[in-house]
Amino acid sequence: MSSLRVVKSAEFDLLEVRRDFPALHQKVHGKPLIYLDNAATTQKPKPVIDAVDRFYRFDSSNVHRAVHVLSDRATKAYEGARTTVKQYINARSEREIIFVRGTTEAINLVMNSFVRPRAKAGDEILISALEHHSNIVPWQLLAEQTGSRLVVAPIDDRGELILEEFERRLGPRTALVAVAHISNALGTIMPVHEIVQMAHARGVPVLIDGAQAISHLHVDVRELDCDFYAFSGHKVFGPTGIGVLYGRESLLEQMPPYQGGGDMIRSVTFEKTIYNELPYKFEAGTPHIAGAIGLGAALDYVSRVGLVRAAAHERELLDYGTALLGAVPGLRLIGTAREKVGVLSFVLDGVHPHDVGTVLDRDGIAVRTGHHCAQPVMDRFGVPATTRASLALYNSKAELDALAHGIRRVQKLFAVQT
Amino acid sequence: MKDTEISDLYQEMIVDHSRRPRNFRRLEHATHQADGFNPLCGDKVKVYVHLENGVLRDVSFEGEGCAISKASASLMTETLKGKSKSEAEQLFSRFRDLATGSGDGSDLGKLAVFAGLRGFPTRVKCATLVWHTLRAALEQTSGIVSTESGAAPGEVE
Repeated sequence: MSSLRVVKSAEFDLLEVRRDFPALHQKVHGKPLIYLDNAATTQKPKPVIDAVDRFYRFDSSNVHRAVHVLSDRATKAYEGARTTVKQYINARSEREIIFVRGTTEAINLVMNSFVRPRAKAGDEILISALEHHSNIVPWQLLAEQTGSRLVVAPIDDRGELILEEFERRLGPRTALVAVAHISNALGTIMPVHEIVQMAHARGVPVLIDGAQAISHLHVDVRELDCDFYAFSGHKVFGPTGIGVLYGRESLLEQMPPYQGGGDMIRSVTFEKTIYNELPYKFEAGTPHIAGAIGLGAALDYVSRVGLVRAAAHERELLDYGTALLGAVPGLRLIGTAREKVGVLSFVLDGVHPHDVGTVLDRDGIAVRTGHHCAQPVMDRFGVPATTRASLALYNSKAELDALAHGIRRVQKLFAVQT
Repeated sequence: MKDTEISDLYQEMIVDHSRRPRNFRRLEHATHQADGFNPLCGDKVKVYVHLENGVLRDVSFEGEGCAISKASASLMTETLKGKSKSEAEQLFSRFRDLATGSGDGSDLGKLAVFAGLRGFPTRVKCATLVWHTLRAALEQTSGIVSTESGAAPGEVE
């Protein structure tokens, strides 16, 4: 359905990429916007905005239901997006691609339909100390309900998982390993291949939270060999309110539905309901059709720009930003993993992150300040909060120069000796 | 409306009080105390009051937070010493009006330095947390005061 041109150039054309994102070309507080809050959410390129607009303008209709032409178009577009996702993450079939609201719902689905029905008191869910709250709290809910236990593998001072400690915590009671692919607070790339191998060697299934990874890394679920992979559309230049749970078909088949309702059934009588086949068994109710279509357009967009080229550009930005911020006296980078992506999280001597964020905002620079929904990570580094600049493929070195300049301005304002 | 400048918010007095907060200590003979917490940013504050015959003889605070929250706490404790409970209530009400842009800050003395907050709606709660906590202390409310419960609509971002 997509008739967009293919970029032939082997070069990453930053200006051209930036032209694709309308929101980047605005002023805030009279200054050009510098958007460095991409780990929270990304801006949307025109093809995504157009795809969503086109759906509501011309094709708005329900899926899988009616015989009329609009419903047919909506269904084709929605299922076309599923195929795009399948290809993007190299799943075996569309049956393994479940549309959900986002990473959080995907994790909750796995908790409710995969882990809880078979959970026994004393079972353990093994996570890392780097997890986002969305990969902590569902397991605590499970623990309350079933008497299972949350087990946490520690990280070191660089913000890297200590793999031996992780392996030591894998045992006969481990019911599931649930880890982030990339830490949202620190940018650490987790050794997911090793994690999956270690877990599978003991027959333990693995869920990967790919919320941060999906826009930065080439994700191949077959190569990763994970059992579940979750991500959100809005962190990969797609709409909010749409996300994906990839699940290994043999596991999805065994799982009871997550929610009951329309679309997830084959036949309903008051005596017995027969559930629909995969993936519809897990998609009760009218789905976020426009969102799924927008997500498909977003993944097509990333494929066209070229993830490998974009990743090289981001790597250069991260190295540049790390050197730049590292040279600011009184600035401490939090999270210095050898394998990391896209995140510059830091604290400044004598200035609270919220004040840093407010001053930078007046310079047109959008950063996130606070605990980044990862309070245990903040506790690990002994800081209440950090300022986090997070990168996407459309950021530039000039923007990082502006960030460094803004930080100097903060220090001057608060008369911090440097 | 003219865009507010960063210097409208971070006045010299605010920066000074944030760097050297006054009455930043535990009060040994406190008759009232309460904890405040802003779950959105992690700011924590503990307010101590020594109340005698309806008068705030001494007020102090401890905690961690941004420059706005520390300066607000510092200036609040300075202002309230020797004031009656009802005067403290009135000051809070006027301070909140000032911070949310509906008051002019008259009769607020040094606290009027927070007038710049009206251009920074996302930072209003940083300044009002300590006042909510003070009120809880005076009312001897049990539990922790949170910016995310019972805040006036105007304080919501």
